[in-house]
Amino acid sequence: MKKLLFALAATGAMLVAGAASAQDKTKACWIYIGPTGDFGWSYQHDQGRKQVEAELGDKVETVFLESVPESADAERALENLSRSGCKIIFTTSFGYMDPTNKVAGRFPDVKFEHATGYKRDHPNVSTYNSKFHEGRYVQGVIAAKMSKAGVAGYIASFPIPEVVMGINAFVLGAQSVNPDFKVKVVWANTWFDPGKEADAAKALIDQGVDIITQHTDSTAAIQVAAERGIKAFGQASDMIAFAKDTQLTSIIDNWGPYYVKRVKAVVDGNWEQSDVWGGMAEGHVVMAPYTNMPDDVKALAEATEAKIKGGFEPFTGPIKKQDGSDWLKDGEVAEDGVLLGLNFYVAGVDDKLPQ
Amino acid sequence: MGMLEAILLTIATAATPLLIAAMGELVVERSGVLNLGVEGMMVMGAVTGFVVAYSTGSPWLGMIAAVLMGAAFSLLFGFLTLTLVTNQVATGLALTLLGLGLSGMMGRSFVGLPGVKMSAIYIPGLSDLPLVGKLVFGQDPIFYISIALVIGVSYFLFRTRAGLTLRSVGDSHKSAHALGIKVIAIRYAAVTFGGACAGLAGAYLSLVYVPQWVENMTAGRGWIALALVVFASWRPWRVLAGAYLFGAVTIGQLHAQALGLGIPSQLLSALPYLATILVLVLISRNRRLTMMNTPASLGQPFVPDR
Repeated sequence: MKKLLFALAATGAMLVAGAASAQDKTKACWIYIGPTGDFGWSYQHDQGRKQVEAELGDKVETVFLESVPESADAERALENLSRSGCKIIFTTSFGYMDPTNKVAGRFPDVKFEHATGYKRDHPNVSTYNSKFHEGRYVQGVIAAKMSKAGVAGYIASFPIPEVVMGINAFVLGAQSVNPDFKVKVVWANTWFDPGKEADAAKALIDQGVDIITQHTDSTAAIQVAAERGIKAFGQASDMIAFAKDTQLTSIIDNWGPYYVKRVKAVVDGNWEQSDVWGGMAEGHVVMAPYTNMPDDVKALAEATEAKIKGGFEPFTGPIKKQDGSDWLKDGEVAEDGVLLGLNFYVAGVDDKLPQ
Repeated sequence: MGMLEAILLTIATAATPLLIAAMGELVVERSGVLNLGVEGMMVMGAVTGFVVAYSTGSPWLGMIAAVLMGAAFSLLFGFLTLTLVTNQVATGLALTLLGLGLSGMMGRSFVGLPGVKMSAIYIPGLSDLPLVGKLVFGQDPIFYISIALVIGVSYFLFRTRAGLTLRSVGDSHKSAHALGIKVIAIRYAAVTFGGACAGLAGAYLSLVYVPQWVENMTAGRGWIALALVVFASWRPWRVLAGAYLFGAVTIGQLHAQALGLGIPSQLLSALPYLATILVLVLISRNRRLTMMNTPASLGQPFVPDR
C-alpha cells in the first residue's frame, strides 16, 4: 500500500519538477516522513520550507515529497529528486540516514542535509539537529513550580535516545526547583495516534499527575488536560488554540532559519559540509509564550531560558543515574556523543526504561 | 469521580468507535460482502464530521453529515463490486487508500483548528449517582447509539424475516436468487448501512474522542474493527465483548505503565491484540457453531444468470 502511495507521490513530484526546469532558480527539495498535515514533526519542517520560499523569493523553487517510508522507497525518492535538478535536498527523518549517504555518493554535485543523523560519508552530506532537551529543561522548571502533586505525567513515543534525553532533561529541570519531583512515563509506542495519546493522558491524570507533557505528535493529550482542568505543555508547534487556559508553553521546532541559511549558501555558491546541533541560542528551539502561570514562575522560566541561551547545558553534574550510581561529577558536562546515545534514566523517573 | 469510574468511562470511549464500525461491517459480511474499506470510510467520516461541525458549530450536524458521507463513500464500493463485479478485496483496499488520501485533501485547511466537542448528556439526579451515575446516565449520546445498535442488529438479524433474508443472501446467493430474493439490492442496502456506521465511528473520533482533525487520525481502528468481526464469528454480542475487551486491555496497559510496574511497554502495547484474539478464539472454539455463523458466500462475486 505504502509503495503504491509513494509511487503516486513520486510521479506527482516528477511532474512538478519537469514543469519548471531550465531556469536559473535554485531548486531546493525536502522529503518528509509524515503528511504535512500532521500538525507536528513534518508540519514544522514544511513551515521551514515555506519560510525559505518567503525569504528567498524567486531565487528558489521548492519541491517536497510527503509520507515517504524509511525504506528502499526513500532511496528511490532521493534518486528521483537528484535527477530532477534539486541542488539541495533536506531529508527530515532519522531513518533516511543510509539512503541519504548512498545517493549522495552517486550525485556529488547535489548537497544533502540529513536531520537528526550522524553519518556524513561524503563531502556533500551535512547533518543537523536541534537541542530540544533545552526546551524540556525549561518545561521541567515550570512543571515543578506549577504542580501541587509533585508529579508530572510524560507521554513518550519510542525508547530512543532523543526521547530519553527529553525525559531526563525534564526531570533535571523539575528537580532544580523541587528535588523530590517525580515523573510518571507512559510509552504510547507510536508517534501519532490521537486516540491512544488521549487515553494515555487520561490514565496518567487518573493516577494523580497534575501536569501533562508529551513526546508524541498530536494535540490530543493537551485537549484531555484542558477537559480535566489541569495544565499541560504543547509539542512541536504552538498548540495554544487547542487549550488556551491549559498550555503553559510549547517547544516549537523552528527549522526555518537553518533552511534559509543553507539554501542561501547554495544560491551563493558557498555551501560547506557541517554538523549543526542548534538549540535555543541558535534559534532552532523556540518556546511558545509562557501563559497560564503566575508572574514569578514566568520570570523563572524566562531566566532559565536566558541561562541556557547563555551557554548553560542542562546535563551538567552532579547527576545521578536512576539506580543511584553517579553519572556526572559536580560541574561536569555530558559529552554530545553520550547524549545522542543516551539509554538510561536519571534519578527521579518513576518508570523502568524499555530496552 | 472515583478512579474506577474514570477508568470505566475511558474504556467506553475507546471501545465505542470500534464497536460502531464493527457492527456495520458485521451486517455487510453477513450479506456475503467483504468490505476492507472500513478504515477509509471511517477516516472520511472523521473529516466530514469535523468540517461540518466546525463550520456550523453543531456536532449533531457533523455526525449526520459523517453518516451520509460514509454511506455515499460505501456506495462507490457497492457500485464497483456489486454492479461491475470487481474483486472485493482489491476494491476494499483501494477504498481505504482513497479515503486516507481524499480525507487528507479535504481536511487540509482544517488541520490545527480546535474542534467542537459533542457534550455528554446530563440527567439531574441520575447522572450524579455514585459509581454508576456517569457511566450509565452521563455519557455522550453516541455511546447510547452504539449500544442500541448492538441490540438492534442482533434483533434484526436473528428475530426478523428481513434479517433472515439478509443472512440467506450471505450464505448462498444462488439459492436466495432462485427463491426470487433480490440479492444485489439487499447487498447494496447492507453495504450502505456498513458505510453509514463507519462514518459515524469516524466522526466519534473527531468529535468526541479527540475533537480535532489530523490526517490519518483513525490510526488503524478500521482494521481492528474488521478483525473483531471475524474473531467474534459474526455474532453481534461477541463483537461488543471483543470491542470492550480490547478497550479495557488498552486502557489497562496504560495504567500499568503509569504505575511503573516495570513490564516492558512493547509487550503491554501488544497485549490488547493478543488478549482479544485469544478470548474470542476461545469462545468461538465450537467448530460447528462457527461454521454455521460464517457467511458461506463471503467475498464471492454474484452475477445473476438469466
